[in-house]
Amino acid sequence: MSILHVVNKTPYERSSLATATGMMKDSDTLLLIEDGVLGAIKAGTSASLLSGHKVSVLGPDLAARGISADKLADNVDIVDYAGFVDLVEANDKVQSWL
Amino acid sequence: MKLTIQVNEGPYQHQSADTAYNFTKAAIEKGHEIFRIFFYHDGVNNGTRLTTPPQDDRNIVKRWSELAAEHDLDMVICVAAAQRRGIVDEGEAERNGKDATNLAPGFRISGLGQLVEGGIQSDRLVVFGD
Amino acid sequence: MSETKKFMYVNRKPPYGTIYAWESLEVVLIGAAFEQEVSLAFMDDGVFQLVKNQDTAGIGMKNFSPTYAALGDYEVTKIYVEKESLEERGLSLEDLQHLVWEDEDEDWAEKDSIHLVTRSELADVFAGQDVFFNF
Repeated sequence: MSILHVVNKTPYERSSLATATGMMKDSDTLLLIEDGVLGAIKAGTSASLLSGHKVSVLGPDLAARGISADKLADNVDIVDYAGFVDLVEANDKVQSWL
Repeated sequence: MKLTIQVNEGPYQHQSADTAYNFTKAAIEKGHEIFRIFFYHDGVNNGTRLTTPPQDDRNIVKRWSELAAEHDLDMVICVAAAQRRGIVDEGEAERNGKDATNLAPGFRISGLGQLVEGGIQSDRLVVFGD
Repeated sequence: MSETKKFMYVNRKPPYGTIYAWESLEVVLIGAAFEQEVSLAFMDDGVFQLVKNQDTAGIGMKNFSPTYAALGDYEVTKIYVEKESLEERGLSLEDLQHLVWEDEDEDWAEKDSIHLVTRSELADVFAGQDVFFNF
């Protein structure tokens, strides 16, 4: 049983990324969407929250915000909306941290 | 997969309505079933037919209506949230003494039970909000 | 009735600054009729929703906090409050409403609805749920 955790705000605006990563189990996956993708920037102060977790980032949201893949933390998987759908299917339930 | 999608925010103000739309489209393209799209909180504002967005940008309300028509989707606007925010169909206008309606095509106004039912009947509930 | 699912309603925002706290309760109340296995979680700023003695006269908004006390009547018996969230915000259980439910299997004995849990324990609770509602 696994949860897909979805975070849509930056860690600088909301505690959602910190809460989500603090609640994740080994089998869970984190998906960053909308403004949340900005939390995946490697040089950012909150990037450390991502280590040890399975993390995906919505590519279209990165592109919209002008963030290139090379700026991201290691081991972050970039997905498109089809990939988002696949993640929802691959996990048993979805927790959107609003 | 049978999906229920919950949209908590209105058009343009937040990206939620856009992300929900893009997700829904992708899910349909992959052959999944959309059980229901439920609009709650300010999300009910996705259902007014009175918007006139700029020509060079997406028409959020219209594209929901078009998606629903194309794929026979069940798009439900929460009645309690709609009453609070002034989204009105014929029945609501009559019941509450309003002199106009504004519900966009493809949407229907109904109770929160529709969201709960979506949670029960679907394989996944995906919530888009602030 | 189709299969029973474990519903978790997640509350992370304070009351009154936005409508989410109240409109989330409305779903819980309507949802009670569907007889699923319901839990509520109050974490991060959501713990503020349960603070007692809310007086909204000065801000001209409806005080909906008595609704939390009625949850027991709607068969909501599992209300998880996260310990770390309370402590970070300088609150303790004593600051919150004392929420109870009556167990008809034990001669209507009054029992506490609030379960004070650590983040780690709440994560375990989450792992066992089927559907998450967020507002």
